[in-house]
Amino acid sequence: MSYMNSVPRAWRERVTKYRLIGGRCKSCGKVFYPYRSFCPRCGSSDVEKIELPKRGKIKYFTVVRSAPAEFKKYEPYIVALVELENGAVVPAQITDAEPEELREGMPVEGVLRRYREQGEDGIIEYGIKFRPVVGEE
Amino acid sequence: MGKVVLAGIGATPIGEHWEKSLRDLMVEAALKALEDAGVEKNVVEAIFVGNMSSGYLQGQEHIGSLLATWLGIPGVAACKVEAACASGGAAFHNAFTAVKSGVYDCALALGVEKMTDAPTEYVTSALIMADDQEYTAFAGFSFVALNALVYKAYMEKYGARQEDIALFAVHDHEHAVHNPLAQYRRAVTLDAVLSSPLVADPIHLLECAPTGDGAAAALICSEEKARELGLTPEVEVAASTLATDVLSLHDRDDLTTLQATVRAAKKAYRMAGIGPEDVDIVELHDAFTILGVIHLEDLGFAKKGEGWKLVKEGEIEPGGKIPANLMGGLKARGHPVGATGLYEIYDVATQLLGRAGKNQVEGAEIGLAQNVGGVGGTVAVTILRRMR
Ligand SMILES: [Zn+2]
Repeated sequence: MSYMNSVPRAWRERVTKYRLIGGRCKSCGKVFYPYRSFCPRCGSSDVEKIELPKRGKIKYFTVVRSAPAEFKKYEPYIVALVELENGAVVPAQITDAEPEELREGMPVEGVLRRYREQGEDGIIEYGIKFRPVVGEE
Repeated sequence: MGKVVLAGIGATPIGEHWEKSLRDLMVEAALKALEDAGVEKNVVEAIFVGNMSSGYLQGQEHIGSLLATWLGIPGVAACKVEAACASGGAAFHNAFTAVKSGVYDCALALGVEKMTDAPTEYVTSALIMADDQEYTAFAGFSFVALNALVYKAYMEKYGARQEDIALFAVHDHEHAVHNPLAQYRRAVTLDAVLSSPLVADPIHLLECAPTGDGAAAALICSEEKARELGLTPEVEVAASTLATDVLSLHDRDDLTTLQATVRAAKKAYRMAGIGPEDVDIVELHDAFTILGVIHLEDLGFAKKGEGWKLVKEGEIEPGGKIPANLMGGLKARGHPVGATGLYEIYDVATQLLGRAGKNQVEGAEIGLAQNVGGVGGTVAVTILRRMR
């Protein structure tokens, strides 16, 4: 394991990760993920907490063929920056698709899936992955 | 405030040092720097050790005191400095500010990383700690994957071709042949680079810096102290700066510029009183071929979207517009992550001191080293100038 086996950490992040809680800066308009008190673009504290849309498009994707230890058993798998309908960008895995079926700009939708496991005896961490939206090509 | 001068440099060869420990590497580089300066170890008042992953890969923290202990100078000020792959540059920046401010007269900046004790997937886990553990690493990104997205964004925005960008690896290997400290002292062809296995599409294995072990060090002093010690300093530290950008790609509006490079370079050029046109040689943090191209642009040597042209047209070779990575760069000299910033400074100094052998650029007076942490979350820029 490369990170702490921690139940409190997974619990603390559950709402942000399951519902995609982000922020909108009222000063410069940037919409971002995850939520934090200060805008990553302009530094303003005038940030509104919002639930992000679960639909968007693949901005850029790649295939991880040499994975970190805790993801080794899943390689190869697809990771991407997904641009949601309101402009927020989320780092996430793409699921239910092979790399050859994907292209940048393709519409995707979020689904709750397993991400990583805290070892044999630890908890399983879940989060939103994205899959191609069928019939919208 | 007086000048800060480079009194001595030292480094171990980069490679798979199975017979040497983290502390062995540190002590070896430190002793070489002291020997190069021609001074005793008791002139060192402070040590700043750049290192990224000793806690994870060796289970060892507190390596400032560890080095002071094994070097036989317990009592000095010493601590570890961490900024991912920019740890070495950040350690040098700390040493520079410490001497420049007058708090210390003589400081040792040292970078070290020992990566080859661990299986590949654990090194991969260590490297992604450079990004956001809770959101980026959580999603399964490797560090190479993040750079793959930068690569794609660059090719899309500027219409650049991979066969042009990948030339950077060929360039590095060609020059590493003549660097006795380099990890891979052999040339590679563009075909070999582009037919090597994919690590994270579109990045091929031979477009990535290798993992290796190594330590490099620089002893810096106030000019006054150097003269008091009877030294004749030949190189001054004209600038040392550090800047950050938002840590992760998903927070950035543009993936094709490292704002931390632009910021650190701007401050450094101002501090040294020069512009990019005055730089004779440069060491770029090309952990991946695409980064070498982007750095040429962000440091002001090429227009945005045209860095690859300098590579293709031979302008980064000796005699070109801006000779770059003439000791092999990260790709072929090697990239023991926390040590890399100091290896770059070592390589720039080697040129300015006229010690570069077959890779020597005649008359090089001003050299710049750029050291990047993560995907540009931190960048350190150092400018060295030959003293007349
Ligand atoms: Zn803002």
